[in-house]
Amino acid sequence: MENNLLFSLAPWAVLLPVFGLLLNLVFGKRLGEKGIGLIASLATGLAFLVSVLLAIALSRHPEATVVPLADWITVGQLNLAWAFRVDTLSVTMMLAVTGVGTLIHVYATGYMHKDVRHQGDPGSYRRFFVYFNLFIVAMLLLVSANNYLMLFVGWEGVGLCSYLLIGFWFNKGAEGIGNARAAKKAFVVNRIGDFGLLIAIFLLFWNFGTLEFDGIFAAAAKAAPALVLVITLFMLLGVTGKSAQLPLYVWLPDAMAGPTPVSALIHAATMVTAGVYLIARSSPLYIQVPAAQMTVAWVGALTALFAATIAVGQYDIKKVLAYSTISQLGFMVAAVGMGAYVAGMFHLVTHAFFKALLFLAAGSVIMGMEHGEEQSAHGRAPGDAHSLDPQDMRNMGGLQGRMRTTFWVYLAGALALSGIAPLSGFFSKDEILAAAFRNMPVLFILLLAAAFLTAFYMGRQIFMVFFGKARSAAAEQAHESPPVITVPLIILAVLSVVGGALNLPGVHSLGHWLEGSLAHTPTVEFIAGVALLSLAVALAGLFLAWMVYGQRRMPFKDTDPLARSLGGLFTAVYNKWWVDELYQAVILRPYQQLSDLLARTVDMGWIDGTVNGLGSAARSFAGQLRRLENGYVRSYALTIFLGVVAIMAYLFFR
Amino acid sequence: MLITYLIFGVFGLVVAASALGMLLSRNAVYSALFLVLNFATVAVLYLILGAPFIALVQITVYAGSIMVLFLFVIMLLGAEKMPPGEPLRGHRWLAIVFGLVFLAELVLFLIYRGGMQAVVNAPSLEFGSPAAVGMMLFQKYTLPFEVTGFILVVATVGAILFTRGEGFKSRKRTLGITSGDKAE
Amino acid sequence: MIPIDYFVGLSVLMFVVGIAGVLLRRNALVVFMSLELILNAANLLFVAFAAYYELLAGQLFVFFVMTVAAAEVAVGLALIVEIFRAKKSIDVDQMSSMKG
Repeated sequence: MENNLLFSLAPWAVLLPVFGLLLNLVFGKRLGEKGIGLIASLATGLAFLVSVLLAIALSRHPEATVVPLADWITVGQLNLAWAFRVDTLSVTMMLAVTGVGTLIHVYATGYMHKDVRHQGDPGSYRRFFVYFNLFIVAMLLLVSANNYLMLFVGWEGVGLCSYLLIGFWFNKGAEGIGNARAAKKAFVVNRIGDFGLLIAIFLLFWNFGTLEFDGIFAAAAKAAPALVLVITLFMLLGVTGKSAQLPLYVWLPDAMAGPTPVSALIHAATMVTAGVYLIARSSPLYIQVPAAQMTVAWVGALTALFAATIAVGQYDIKKVLAYSTISQLGFMVAAVGMGAYVAGMFHLVTHAFFKALLFLAAGSVIMGMEHGEEQSAHGRAPGDAHSLDPQDMRNMGGLQGRMRTTFWVYLAGALALSGIAPLSGFFSKDEILAAAFRNMPVLFILLLAAAFLTAFYMGRQIFMVFFGKARSAAAEQAHESPPVITVPLIILAVLSVVGGALNLPGVHSLGHWLEGSLAHTPTVEFIAGVALLSLAVALAGLFLAWMVYGQRRMPFKDTDPLARSLGGLFTAVYNKWWVDELYQAVILRPYQQLSDLLARTVDMGWIDGTVNGLGSAARSFAGQLRRLENGYVRSYALTIFLGVVAIMAYLFFR
Repeated sequence: MLITYLIFGVFGLVVAASALGMLLSRNAVYSALFLVLNFATVAVLYLILGAPFIALVQITVYAGSIMVLFLFVIMLLGAEKMPPGEPLRGHRWLAIVFGLVFLAELVLFLIYRGGMQAVVNAPSLEFGSPAAVGMMLFQKYTLPFEVTGFILVVATVGAILFTRGEGFKSRKRTLGITSGDKAE
Repeated sequence: MIPIDYFVGLSVLMFVVGIAGVLLRRNALVVFMSLELILNAANLLFVAFAAYYELLAGQLFVFFVMTVAAAEVAVGLALIVEIFRAKKSIDVDQMSSMKG
């Protein structure tokens, strides 16, 4: 009885942020920044509370429960409802989304306070939090849906919020439209993925006649393997779009144009993991077709390594983290592809902690740099006041002394990401590596290489940003951020450090917890050798980073020491393997030429010609006809008389 | 019976001739006078057809008042004559051709569909007498009769309003000027 | 007595002449007169058939037509006078501002 009451709270997890965003939308202008931030954070926080209550209810009653809210579509046999699926998988996601989301909301109240002033548009504060709450709504819809269509609504919703937030400063960026371009790119690339997911949903409905998860999984068990293979592969296309996997990852680095809390919440912790969640949710389908699983695993592992190589050559502090996110998402996708769903979800949760932490801390660093730049700009000519890029790591250095809290939390996040025991990343990554070692040794090597590069580029970042001498005046003047920024950072840092406790080897608390919804997942046993190897690789990566960047102090604006030793390889990495240029040449240019052809010749020439021709034909005909309406009454009378004559003739000859 | 035919023949000729005279005369006053003649002769035909009341109404209302009104307006506007000519190209030609075609059609109708044998009998003296018409008008057709009265009143008011519109304005203008003078 | 067709023929003649007047004459007053002629042609038919069928209703209808015609003439002439004031002409062709 009590449990049912708790389960019936599930819709409130979505409704509370809805109220938050409506309140801010309607009354935001009068509330002021404090009120807006409070409402938005409170709405997300209460959603987190609801998730916790659901988790408590689930711990007593681990069976999946469906909480219907309202009918949606009832046409013929199709009956879709707004129904929330409360099981351990969705609640895990809800906890991660709302938990990390709340911390980022709190952080954003402080960050955006400065950012809107730095960008010169304080009125956007409200807009930001409306979008932010809308994102939480869409994300919760995505993870708590009980059918694929409702999931798709959330899927599109987060895509929309991502678009809106990437282009939040839509009039900034390169040439004044750089940010808007990045947002458009994200949206278009995501549409390609969404197209795949949509096709998968169509196929599901076409063949199984339903979109409810349980109905589909029951029916799919008897379906032809080829059909399931096609469905799962189309679904994988959706995953590659949303979770930024090869070959559709290109939007995520550009998405860093959004404000840093956006990068942390949407493009690191939550939205981009939707693909992993989708595969985990659809695991009964994937388990039926090993070929699809294999494809997923390969895509994930290749992405992990590929993105990690690019991350090594980036100078923008957020771009490094973006490629790192792609790489880590590759780890998760590889894990779920290999059937290690628990490992994938585990890494998803820990990654949400430490990557959100890293982004937020990076935001703190950027804020410190912007502050320092404003300080140092006083003595300079106003012309080159904004000549310095506050996100470029080459301008930083030596920040550990001036931003102590940020440094320590950043270090915690970086070590967790690198996989240093006993931080959270070690356990989750190790579980994936162990699963790969058992199932697919080739992938194990790929992932291990990616792990090495991960440790290396994180070490590179730490040494470039926090150690050595300040390489710009701004870095010398940088100072620590206020508590509203640092407190969420500290909380996230603690979570990153102890997050591994969720699924310790041998205890497997997360594994047992997820058994309710991922019953078919084998537990990945801890392999000491693999763990030691991965730890050694991580340490080696960090050591190498120290060798290159920490030992000799990097002078101001010097070329990267790696560039000297690696030569052309570093240029390739720095230019992201020219993937964007490749897409530009292979897909975009022919596409644009085709569009141009269609637009100019076909549309403007033929179609417009036909339509305009019809129009002008009607016009000229009407012009001729207009002469009848000459205004002379006698002429009209003659016309009427003509009719009378004709009617009489008809009557006579009838 | 021959005398009836003779009367019909003579008056029928006058009707046709006066109608054509109205159509063809250049001067609008002549047209109006031809029309008066036409109406008067038609009234005689009404008498032959046993409708003395209608015949008298025709003479008093049509030939008497309406046509007098026409003549007054013609003279008031000084619009007896208009320059000849036809500004609409081909209009006259078309109108004549279609008019002839229409006439031919109607005549053909008469020949092929009409009953040449049907003869109008001489009606009794009571038929169409003012007493009979009055009885029917005030018994069976009371409401339409009242409605026609109403229509006439409305028409009168409308006619007055139309022709007095200018006068209202000019009077107002005069008042405005005088008040303006006072203000100065 | 006289065959009904004679009256019908006479009525047809008046009707056609009336129509010709409407179509051919440019003087608004003559056009108006032609309309009266057309009405009169119809009236003649009414009276003739009233006598033929020995129904008094036909004559009464003529009475109503006459009153309506009188009303029409009153309003119509007022309009013509008004138009003459505006246009300084009673040429029907001058009133041609309603064109497409």
